[in-house]
Amino acid sequence: MPILECKALFKRYGSVQALKNVGLAIEPGHIVGLLGPNGSGKTTLIKLANGLLQPTSGEILIAGEKPSVATKKIVSYLPERIALPEHLTVKQLLGFFGDFYADFNREAAGHMLSQLQIAPDQPLKQLSKGTKEKVQLILVMSRAAKLYLLDEPIGGVDPATRDYILHTIISNYNPEASVIISTHLIADVESVLDEVVFLNRGEITLHESVDNIRQTHGKSVDALFREVFKCWEN
Amino acid sequence: MPWEFVDHLPIYAQLVEQLKRRIVTGDYPPGSKLPSVRELAADAAVNPNTVQRAFAELERSGLIYTQRSTGKFVTDDAPAILDARRQLASAQIEAFLSAMRSMGYLPGEAVSMLERAVEEQKKEEKQHADSGM
Repeated sequence: MPILECKALFKRYGSVQALKNVGLAIEPGHIVGLLGPNGSGKTTLIKLANGLLQPTSGEILIAGEKPSVATKKIVSYLPERIALPEHLTVKQLLGFFGDFYADFNREAAGHMLSQLQIAPDQPLKQLSKGTKEKVQLILVMSRAAKLYLLDEPIGGVDPATRDYILHTIISNYNPEASVIISTHLIADVESVLDEVVFLNRGEITLHESVDNIRQTHGKSVDALFREVFKCWEN
Repeated sequence: MPWEFVDHLPIYAQLVEQLKRRIVTGDYPPGSKLPSVRELAADAAVNPNTVQRAFAELERSGLIYTQRSTGKFVTDDAPAILDARRQLASAQIEAFLSAMRSMGYLPGEAVSMLERAVEEQKKEEKQHADSGM
């Protein structure tokens, strides 16, 4: 059974059609890139999968069930923005996650934090933006979830941190679980992905494995993306 | 040796090629244990399924084998490694000849240029050795 499935999924905000007839099935054990330009519907799709938004019509299913409290137990979500109480210390956040999620591995999280030399007694608000993002990712990746939904995990960080984040995703990844990474920084994540989904103005225009794209087009996913989503004509 | 991937080829095929190279050069000696899928994926920053697929391909070609519960190892079969070495060499030669052809050199010209280059290199090495004494 797919870990994430969308059937004729539509989402409309007022007159704006954010998702149009999305059909998608993601199998367990895959790392998937959700790629598209700004405003293409990536975050909308991720929020629907988390039950933060409701479909206008159609269905979105997590392991065969509609998003609910039950599915949140198996979905680990990294929001686009920092969404943690900033007055808490890093150590308190570990306790917070441990209380909330039965699958949270506090030891693993503590280990990664000490690897990065992040002091556990500092309140989140005293950390730099990049460090906050690292803390949030560590918390999210330290859960033994079935589906990880990472909305722009590498957006605002420097290249060394980006490498660390990708390393964290690969080395914490469990072969039974799937990871969906939304991003427009394709070149940075491409080699980590099994498959990519191109989203354009709310519609899926491509769903293919990275190596098949390279094989058939003789170019990287990044190069294909630039061609498909070219913003001007020469 | 860092792992490097070009854009226009499947990552899986490049990984197979680079693993073969490491086996052929003795970077991964005969009979030695290979890194785990997860270790290699993290080290090369590639997808774990891609590593799995590359290992399967090397296993099919007989260059590595799986020992139940202990992991994957490089073969002890010296002829198999020599064979892989020849294949990598052929690929290099093909690439050289095709690059030369695309610049308009005939195969014979390419070969004599190669011979001259080898002579030059030998001379330089000798000079180097002489001046070093």
